[in-house]
Amino acid sequence: MASMRDIKRRKSSIQSTQQITKAMKLTSTVKLQKAKARAEQSKPYFDFMYETVHAMLAKSGNIDHPYLKAKESGKTAVVVITSNRGLAGGYNNNIVKLVTGFDVPPKDMVIYTAGSKGRDALSRRGYEIKADYSDIVEDPQYSDADIICKDLLEAFEQGEIKEIYLAYTFFKNTVSHEPRRIKLLPVEMDSETTKSDNVPMNYEPEEEEALDMIIPKYLTSIVYGALMQAVASENGARMQAMDSATSNAEEMIDSLSLLYNRARQGSITQELTEIIAGAEAIS
Amino acid sequence: MAELMKLQVICPDRVFYDGEVSMVELNTTEGEIGIYPRHIPLTCIIAPGILTITEKSGLKNAALHSGFVQILPDKVTVMAEVAEWPDEIDLGRAEAAKGRAEDRIKGKDSKTDIARAETALQRAIARINVIK
Repeated sequence: MASMRDIKRRKSSIQSTQQITKAMKLTSTVKLQKAKARAEQSKPYFDFMYETVHAMLAKSGNIDHPYLKAKESGKTAVVVITSNRGLAGGYNNNIVKLVTGFDVPPKDMVIYTAGSKGRDALSRRGYEIKADYSDIVEDPQYSDADIICKDLLEAFEQGEIKEIYLAYTFFKNTVSHEPRRIKLLPVEMDSETTKSDNVPMNYEPEEEEALDMIIPKYLTSIVYGALMQAVASENGARMQAMDSATSNAEEMIDSLSLLYNRARQGSITQELTEIIAGAEAIS
Repeated sequence: MAELMKLQVICPDRVFYDGEVSMVELNTTEGEIGIYPRHIPLTCIIAPGILTITEKSGLKNAALHSGFVQILPDKVTVMAEVAEWPDEIDLGRAEAAKGRAEDRIKGKDSKTDIARAETALQRAIARINVIK
């Protein structure tokens, strides 16, 4: 049986860990609430942008535009949104798994990362990290999303990359987050969203010029929306992870207290036996 | 009373305006336009300028910087990247930005990004005009 001192030391170490996890849980709860509110506020813009662009493309069917055509050569770009800090359960790992599970060999991929955890994990696995925007993950702004999209579009126009994917964690609700990948460019037209009752739309300037302007904005809004979702998910995941860490620590402390008490009792009994035995020997 | 239509001005970080209006005026890349209800369906690109909203209770002004607008007969949706009410604008900052942009355009060398300086100038002017 472990000595009383060892058990006591172990217990106090777990107790201080528990204090840390408890504090982290509280801070991530507060951060989650903020991030959630922001994600919800950005949702109308995101949704409407998605609807408009898809309705536009559905109506203007066979329009010939570089952003809509798949290219033959070039690499596949993936924008990977993770966090800068760990201790968020499977949050970062799930995204990394999603990326490594792509049906494209790593040598044909270039990675744009936001979040140092994802960057480090992917570069260790031999992926080419083209650009890193990790410092924006803490507090993403619309202008940050704009910068990422400008870089992406430039590479796309120069033919370095043929398609762009986005891997991020979708924030379903506080307890469930889902790693997702969506295709950004070329914009995919799914016939399901086509509404037949839509009125014909006029464009000013001409359609192609309008698309030139609107598609970059569409990209930016999707990336911005994804950043918002990712930040909310990160804090949600951390809150959950820290919550279960705290309750695990509680359990360990309970069982260690039991052991400690038993050891204490044992040592008292032993001492008594020794004293009685000693007294008997003298008499 | 004139007919009403729905107007929504949506920014990435908030819904800027949502209500019933009788007229909207804004600046597009093709020039300034005014929109009454029952306009033909139209999508325009927004240029920096003033957004004037005519409500039942009166006029409202705001600075509108970039984005696009989708007009339907009974509904106008403005997707604005940046929109500001007059009381959110810092006049001093706008003036300073205007000066900076003008300097950059005047003292142009090959390095200056003229297009960017010009948009910055337009933005600053739009902000200043909204306040006045």
